[in-house]
Amino acid sequence: MAKALNFIIEKCTGCHQCELACSAVHEGVFNQDLSRIRIFLMPDVSKNVPYACLQCEEAWCLHACPVEAIYENEANGAKVLDGSICVGCKVCTIACPYGTVVYHPSSGKVVKCDLCEGHEEGPYCVASCPTSAIELVEVAAS
Amino acid sequence: MSWAKRLLRVNLTTGTLKEEPTNMDWAAKYLGQRGLGTKYLVNEVAPGVDAFAPENKLIVATGPLTGTNASTGGRWSVITKSPLTGCVACSNSGGFFGGELKNAGWDMIIFEGKSPKPVMLYINNDEAKLLPADEYWGKSVWITEPGIKQQLGDPNIKVASIGEAGENGVLYAAIVNDLDRAAGRSGVGAVMGSKNLKAMAVRGTKGVKVRDPMSFMKATTAGKKILAENAVTGQGLPTYGTNVLMNVINETGALPTHNHRDVQFDGAKHISGEAMHEVGPDGHKNLVRNGACFACTIQCQRVAKVNPKHWTVKDKPEYQKESGGVEYENAWSLGADTGVDDLDAITFVNFLCNEHGMDPISHGATVAAAMELFETGAITEQQVGFPLRFGDAEALVKITELTGKGVGFGKDIGLGSKRLCEKYGKPELSMTVKGQEFPAYDPRGIQGMGLAYATSNRGACHLRGYTVSSEIFGIPEKSDPLATDGKAGLVKAFQDVTAVVDSAGLCVFTTFAWGLPEIQSQIEAACEGDFSLERLQEIGERIWNMERRFNLDAGVKGDQDTLPQRLLKEAAKTGPAKGRVADLDKMLPQYYELRGWSRDGVPTDETMSRLGV
Repeated sequence: MAKALNFIIEKCTGCHQCELACSAVHEGVFNQDLSRIRIFLMPDVSKNVPYACLQCEEAWCLHACPVEAIYENEANGAKVLDGSICVGCKVCTIACPYGTVVYHPSSGKVVKCDLCEGHEEGPYCVASCPTSAIELVEVAAS
Repeated sequence: MSWAKRLLRVNLTTGTLKEEPTNMDWAAKYLGQRGLGTKYLVNEVAPGVDAFAPENKLIVATGPLTGTNASTGGRWSVITKSPLTGCVACSNSGGFFGGELKNAGWDMIIFEGKSPKPVMLYINNDEAKLLPADEYWGKSVWITEPGIKQQLGDPNIKVASIGEAGENGVLYAAIVNDLDRAAGRSGVGAVMGSKNLKAMAVRGTKGVKVRDPMSFMKATTAGKKILAENAVTGQGLPTYGTNVLMNVINETGALPTHNHRDVQFDGAKHISGEAMHEVGPDGHKNLVRNGACFACTIQCQRVAKVNPKHWTVKDKPEYQKESGGVEYENAWSLGADTGVDDLDAITFVNFLCNEHGMDPISHGATVAAAMELFETGAITEQQVGFPLRFGDAEALVKITELTGKGVGFGKDIGLGSKRLCEKYGKPELSMTVKGQEFPAYDPRGIQGMGLAYATSNRGACHLRGYTVSSEIFGIPEKSDPLATDGKAGLVKAFQDVTAVVDSAGLCVFTTFAWGLPEIQSQIEAACEGDFSLERLQEIGERIWNMERRFNLDAGVKGDQDTLPQRLLKEAAKTGPAKGRVADLDKMLPQYYELRGWSRDGVPTDETMSRLGV
């Protein structure tokens, strides 16, 4: 069954725990800028907005990649980036209509959310959120 | 790890910036933030220096856990000599500035000297420079912070700045970050203003690494679970904020009211955490939502809104937006202490304090002292410009605007309660210790707090030894708030543990649920070196004695370990503590003894050498 992250904006308090968990697990460092999920603090409208890859059924990033570095996990529909194949051309970052695939100058490759591929308990960000503002939900096939 | 192991030294006189390694021998002895920053201060600044002289330094420090996912791990501190107290000042703030500074790869910034013109410091990871700040001078925090973000073209920059109060030398001026978080107490903002330093703007993308990531994640996850399951940190604080205390402390008979003339306030229920949840007849609710500082899973912050129809804001659309709401301390100081029970007015005045950069505790308490001066005839309507009576919300708003902008009688209010009462010939009306105004617990009803206030290294303060935990909530064990037995040991234990928490990068609110073991497991996993329970306890005690030594050398002696006569002589009139005074003399000698200090409050040579200060 295809799955994706769902964000409940009203519940987000802007503590950044999800970003810290994500960057620690995937990059070995606490660094919000290396996180696959991002929280945008918007004081002008008094909202905190979590944002990450929506795991599109028709994933433009996957189709755009010239070296086929992005593949679909058939178990949960997550679009997974193989960093060993990625050449850092950034075409996927342009193809993504939501801006959730980002280029990291330090590694010269892109990163995106893959729902914590291989982690049986599910995405670390979901577990780290103290207010349950992030959920892993099943997505109905369109 | 988990220090950045470098600091930035900024000479404002010459405009030169220099990177230097953090002294890791000191980090092993003083941990970080409050402890390590104070160690640098006492090493580099003569205790007798005038707080506003260029020779005073302003140190901005993070802790080893700042920037990590330890719950509340985003704290940072400002350390300097205080213009309000003459003691060492260490004010601690949350928000997102501290995490950003650590992410940029800096443990500390040490500001020296005085800039000839208004400047701001801009740090972008390894790059640091001073930029002109003339266009922001004379402007509020609420104009400066968004202005700097726009000027530098990055909304992710975090800013800590002073408002007009810091520029004008209001002795309790704060440094405000993220619009409504503040290093609030002891006038650190006034020192920043005296150096012509308007703001610090930081962008950090380097990240923070810990010694043992796997055991650290295990320790932080366990810590977060404990916070979530605790009644105070998991329910009370997220739902009602710290203002959950208003009704509780009022019923305890320890809610200072009308400049400590009374210990209970009739209007408490109108300004309580519960009242912030109430929906009025026109559908308005004060509380919009709760919020969090960096990495905080307690999330006690209040985001609030003044009723747009209320007289304070109805013609001022710029104040009709949502911003930082009142916590217990400012709801008390601006409310019960001044006798004002109008939640909208108090919320508005709190907005003004954030906007102009003032500590609302000291401000409310100073206005309360002025109200008593007015009612006793020591100051007149002619001097103030309008009547300044207890309970008058309009007068509170007017006097706050004058203080924020540094005009009229506001200049006198900006002196703080002690100097104000001295100026008008009634020093006994100042409710202060060592020149700093009390927070929201009357020591006649919570005896341990009397000793904590009298011996606090930064003057009257609830954040140096919060025995309310034990005396009211039974954490870690219940003690009778009206008893004095055992309080000396309790105060010492709380003071030493708090020094560790403040030096680690954590928020003291975690200690409602965490003991030192829970904190130790996180520090040990994050940091290189030996940080056993025993070592941490010793670090806390070492920091306390180092601060004490600085204060003594600055001329603040043991005879100032006291309370105002009102609290020592005038009995509480109502409530459970009726008939009681603060029995300080029953606790102080034992406290000195437990500390290993002489009878006049000086650490003995033996104590100093045992702790290696």
